[in-house]
Amino acid sequence: MTDLEQRAIEEEVKRGVLTTTLAKAVNWARKQSLWPVTFGLACCAIEMMAAGAGHHDLARWGMEIFRASPRQADLMIVAGRVSQKMAPVLRTIYDQMPEPKWVVSMGVCASSGGMFNNYGVVQGVDTIVPVDIYVPGCPPRPEMLMYGILRLHEKISKRGTLT
Amino acid sequence: MAAGVPDELDGAQVGRGTKAQRLRDDLLVVNMGPQHPSTHGVLRLLLTLDGETIVDLKPIVGYLHTGIEKNTEYRTWQQGVTFVTRADYLSPFFNELAYCLSVERLLGIEAPPRAQAIRVLVCELNRIASHLVWLATTGLELGAISMMLYGFRERERILDIFELISGLRMNHAYIRIGGLRMDLPDDTDERIRGYLKELPRRFDEYESLLTGNPIWLERNRGIGILDAGAAERLGVTGPMLRAAGVPRDVRKDEPYSGYERYQFEVPTRTEADCFARYEIRVSEMRESVGICEQVLDSLPAGPVMIEDPKLRWPAQLAVGPDGIGNDEGYVRHIMEDSMEALINHFKMVTQGIRVPAGEVYMPVESPRGELGYYVVSDGGIRPYRVRVRDPSFCNLPALPEMTRGGLVADVVACTASVDPVMGGVDR
Amino acid sequence: MTPEELADGLRRRFDDVLLARGEVTVTVGRDEVLDALRALRDDADLRFTFLADVSCTDWPGRDPRIWMAYHLRSPERNLRGRLKVGLPEDDLRVASAVEVFPAADWQEREIYDFFGVTFDGHPDLRRILMPEDWVGHPLRKDHPLGGVPTQYKGAFVPPPDERGL
Repeated sequence: MTDLEQRAIEEEVKRGVLTTTLAKAVNWARKQSLWPVTFGLACCAIEMMAAGAGHHDLARWGMEIFRASPRQADLMIVAGRVSQKMAPVLRTIYDQMPEPKWVVSMGVCASSGGMFNNYGVVQGVDTIVPVDIYVPGCPPRPEMLMYGILRLHEKISKRGTLT
Repeated sequence: MAAGVPDELDGAQVGRGTKAQRLRDDLLVVNMGPQHPSTHGVLRLLLTLDGETIVDLKPIVGYLHTGIEKNTEYRTWQQGVTFVTRADYLSPFFNELAYCLSVERLLGIEAPPRAQAIRVLVCELNRIASHLVWLATTGLELGAISMMLYGFRERERILDIFELISGLRMNHAYIRIGGLRMDLPDDTDERIRGYLKELPRRFDEYESLLTGNPIWLERNRGIGILDAGAAERLGVTGPMLRAAGVPRDVRKDEPYSGYERYQFEVPTRTEADCFARYEIRVSEMRESVGICEQVLDSLPAGPVMIEDPKLRWPAQLAVGPDGIGNDEGYVRHIMEDSMEALINHFKMVTQGIRVPAGEVYMPVESPRGELGYYVVSDGGIRPYRVRVRDPSFCNLPALPEMTRGGLVADVVACTASVDPVMGGVDR
Repeated sequence: MTPEELADGLRRRFDDVLLARGEVTVTVGRDEVLDALRALRDDADLRFTFLADVSCTDWPGRDPRIWMAYHLRSPERNLRGRLKVGLPEDDLRVASAVEVFPAADWQEREIYDFFGVTFDGHPDLRRILMPEDWVGHPLRKDHPLGGVPTQYKGAFVPPPDERGL
């Protein structure tokens, strides 16, 4: 192979081939198509639906399909107040999701019980499931939810291992 | 009772060496929800099925119970507005309106005419927004996914108007006891009018997408029939009752907040099926557009909060350099000029108003039906009992009647046409 | 018919009729509830055929302690009325209104759930909004609000029922 041909091949390789670590590639794939499970409970669910609808578009990040089955989802956005009766259901759905999975607690009611500091509401879903991102607001604007999801993307890309 | 193979064929020869076999024909109990894409919110349905036919349906609610009613007993009267607004979260203005009207009736006062007119305006806009969400989610559940996107796109425009008026997209706490939180901004009139002008054309678009659509007709026509007798016995109100031919609407029968001044029709159908309810809700949206335009045309001038210093919320708001803030002049007045004003402000904000003892039941017409507030006062600074008669709570028990004998897919259509909002059902 | 005329008409049949703020309230004894509801529903002049609401209030200091209110409406005459019943603390039972107004089904379940009132003759009396294994009746005044102290800027704010407003 002549020197010219050698250099041409190297140029071509530089233009069309990307080198990275396996972890980075996997994290990129995982964060770019997070599929949420439908867990809209109350008012925040409406804002979550508005975030998924046309105006504020969650499909930009591959999240427009809200999987009904938790077995096909990897993100649970707990949107709304979690009552005592709903808490075991929440945990069951969380357990049914396959690893790796993330939880976004949307709204103050999910993050801390919100304004409902009483017998009926679980004071923060982090007492039941491990939460990655808390998005405050009552209800948070769709832009706030999107910002929370982008921070979740950053969190996912920082994972070092494959599991 | 079992669907499928008739008795004579059981064991008969139906092909070369093949015998027909009746398989097990016991009833199957299937659980739908509470986490389910097609139940509006966290509603759990226990279906008893015979094949695909529903033998019985049991709705189980309570998965969103928040204790709103008990919460109001530990807060002041004005703070109650922020709680009740989150009960039926798709029609927050109606909750606030009914609560404030009942407290105002206990107090024996009436909000100023401008406040009443603006209340009607925001409530009718809320009705349009709520019906749009209904249309969007029903379309989504029955497969018309583009309706979901169109519905929420329209709703965004209405939420922009709400944000202009009250500062929040949902759960506004804008309607207060004695009036409103603050007056309309200056450009509200043109914004709302500009939007209302486009709406009828948009409704025509959505009707052309759905009304003649053979799939929509198949899924909705003749499904979920609830006749007038059954509806009245079960205490059903709202579009479900009007679909059965009963022209009952609290806005017409017992007008409140100035509704008697506006001309509007109450759409009624007689088929009592899901399609009739769909037609009624779309017509109601058109009527609401008409009411909003009438309100804007006849909006009286004046204050938006009563004058009585013992009852009105003391703070004054003004547009500051960074948005809405406390009015400088008022702050100077209470801090420097008048000790009584400062004391009054302090007492009103910490203790709130004192409402005479008594009880009141105040119904309003929410998008789902008759929303009634039974407010009991013991003469103190806190509500003694606030009971929310939510229309979804009273409409849901009609679901077994509507779905018996139908298919599982019809359960989705029927639940959607009931339009339950679990925040109201469970409170 | 105006509320005053309704009140007068009802006074001929019931003893305790109150007209306040434009609303008519009839108070009956516990054993007369079903008869009163039936009478109000079937009377040719009144025709209170629509049961809007069944509610309940807890007055711990008073006797009877639990007060139930049936909100009725007559669509034909465009009237509203309220029927109130007081229940003593040691015997919280009342006849179920389901046979007269099927709309009372879930409303009575809710009152059983939150106040502990037993309805004789109810087809399916069990908790509706609280979990099935919940102990206690939340909307009674002696049931605590159940809040937790909230941490805010280094200190703990007590829950709303302990703040001493």
